[in-house]
Amino acid sequence: MFNKERWNEILEALNANKFRTFLTAFGVFWGITILVLLLALTNGLKNGVTADFGDFATNSMFMWTQGTTKPYKGLPKGRYFNYKIDDVEAIKAEVPNLKYVSPRNQLGGFRGNNNAVRGTKTGAFEIYGDYPEFIKQQPMDILQGRFISYSDINAKRKVCVIGVDVIKGLYDKDEDPLGTYIKINGVNFMVVGTFKMANSQGDNEQDANTIYIPFTTFGQAFNRGDRVGWMAITANDEVSITALKQQVFDLMKSRHKVHPDDERAIGHFDLSEQFERISGLFSILTIVGYFVGILVLASGIIGINNIMLIVVKERTKEIGIRRALGATPGMIKGQILQESLILTILSGMMGVSFAALVIWVMNAILDNAGPVENFANPSVGMQVVFVALIILIVSGLLAGLIPASRATKMKPVDALRTE
Amino acid sequence: MIQIKDLHKSYHMGSNSLHVLKGINFTVEEGELVSIMGSSGSGKSTLLNIIGMLDEADKGSYTLDGVVIKDLNEKIAAKYRNQFLGFVFQSFNLINYKSALDNVSMPMYYQGLKRKERTDRAMHYLEKVGLADWHHHLPSELSGGQKQRVAIARALASEPKVLLADEPTGALDSTTSYEVMELIQQINDEGKTILIVTHEDDIAHMTKRIVNLKDGVIIKDENVNQVKAKAHV
Ligand SMILES: Nc1ncnc2c1ncn2[C@@H]1O[C@H](COP(=O)(O)OP(=O)(O)O)[C@@H](O)[C@H]1O
Ligand SMILES: [Mg+2]
Repeated sequence: MFNKERWNEILEALNANKFRTFLTAFGVFWGITILVLLLALTNGLKNGVTADFGDFATNSMFMWTQGTTKPYKGLPKGRYFNYKIDDVEAIKAEVPNLKYVSPRNQLGGFRGNNNAVRGTKTGAFEIYGDYPEFIKQQPMDILQGRFISYSDINAKRKVCVIGVDVIKGLYDKDEDPLGTYIKINGVNFMVVGTFKMANSQGDNEQDANTIYIPFTTFGQAFNRGDRVGWMAITANDEVSITALKQQVFDLMKSRHKVHPDDERAIGHFDLSEQFERISGLFSILTIVGYFVGILVLASGIIGINNIMLIVVKERTKEIGIRRALGATPGMIKGQILQESLILTILSGMMGVSFAALVIWVMNAILDNAGPVENFANPSVGMQVVFVALIILIVSGLLAGLIPASRATKMKPVDALRTE
Repeated sequence: MIQIKDLHKSYHMGSNSLHVLKGINFTVEEGELVSIMGSSGSGKSTLLNIIGMLDEADKGSYTLDGVVIKDLNEKIAAKYRNQFLGFVFQSFNLINYKSALDNVSMPMYYQGLKRKERTDRAMHYLEKVGLADWHHHLPSELSGGQKQRVAIARALASEPKVLLADEPTGALDSTTSYEVMELIQQINDEGKTILIVTHEDDIAHMTKRIVNLKDGVIIKDENVNQVKAKAHV
């Protein structure tokens, strides 16, 4: 369809009136620029908001205890209770389709007191008692050594895995932390591993400000016994945690003598549900982006359609000459269609490039100025460019359709007679 | 080459209708150089356009080189025009944004010839009309006579059976007209069948046969002694 001859014919025709070609092209250029920019901004917003979720496995929930609000089996309301380590075993045994059930305990926290000492250096860190599975729920890159293992758990070893910010706080520049000791709330722990957050970007300092120790050691060292602070529960990929969580709650209620209708006794945060909600919001924003972009693009296409109509009218005589020389109506229509197609695609691709430039500048500014809340890395993927290309091809054809059929309506003799 | 029998054509404008051709009977043999004469509005162009398949007759039969031309769809008409006919117009009808060479190449483009062959052939015909050195010029850079010679080269380029020229000298001064007629005579001498519409007597006498149209019928059709244009140049 696009041999070199036709290509030359078309470029020549477009070249014959540069200013008009430019004006026409501008409408589509602008439309596609708006479309791509809107999608990129939506993406930036989405990236910014989902960054807040970190990269914790999304099909997860956190579950903790709150006071009971109903009396039950002779027990009063307002009673507090704790999960125990055997609750974890019970959940694993009785609720199917769960991938990980990690009991957790925590010391310190946001703006907590200094709780770790090493020689003359001290720092306030988050100290977690965890199981080995936790690293599968909260991906992190082990830089040196290893994460907590089951033999640590079983032997209640006093070992710890520390984040890069802990290293910054407690070590000199070229010290090797592996094998050294840190005193946490008066208890000595040996460093067996260091980590940083997997693909960390933006506001994850808190996470790298963390020390992990074996859950069992935590219980013993800090007098928690077999109590569990809260659990991080992840379901298998094919089942949503939202669908499974009630089973977990029911099991916990029956094990802790909580009234089955007491909704407040167990607190939880359903990451999957929140994530779904946010994704839903962004799907809508993306649709709005396409909608607005396509509307703007549509005005560009109507512009091309109009200009092509004028072109066809102005070139009535030329078309008559071409037909006298042996051009069939199909050839004429094909040429008009291709002119409009090429005009649309060329200007559209320029729009895509221009939008890409704007996005690039935006990213450069963001990189320099530091993170902006709820906005990160505006970008469009190849699939957006691909979709844009398809929209352009379809619209180029649409824009050329009416002018093309108009071009051959007239008898050649009448076309030749026009001035 | 051309057989026309009882050809009728009327134009309709609203409720008025204008009967322009009222039964034309007319035959042209291969190699003839015929002029169609008549006063303005006598239907000369109408007849030529029907012969050129740019327009259709209402009634009558038309055979071109043994092919019956009837109820053609536009696609086939385009193909026949491309294969059988070359057109020369009063107002040249060159495409103004194409060079002389590209204008001459156009019919061959529609014939589907390769670029190389088109260019070679176009150069050949430009040489024939004496404009090889002007091949890269746009029509706006050429004089009227030169434009018409490019148009003639273009009409010849598809190697048609018949050349149709509607007032080819109508927009030219007499010296240039004779130069163009000399070229046409030369092409006819090489065997091409040519029909010329004109209302100028001297031009008509440079052909070999004059057909006179009046009120939609042929009133006179006679062979004449051809005046060689060269004598006037
Ligand atoms: N498309 C048309 N519609 C209406 N009338 C036409 C049309 N073409 C030609 N005519 C009329 O038909 C008559 C013959 O026209 P034409 O063949 O161009 O004459 P000539 O070429 O001999 O001057 C004229 O009166 C002209 O006005
Ligand atoms: Mg006329």
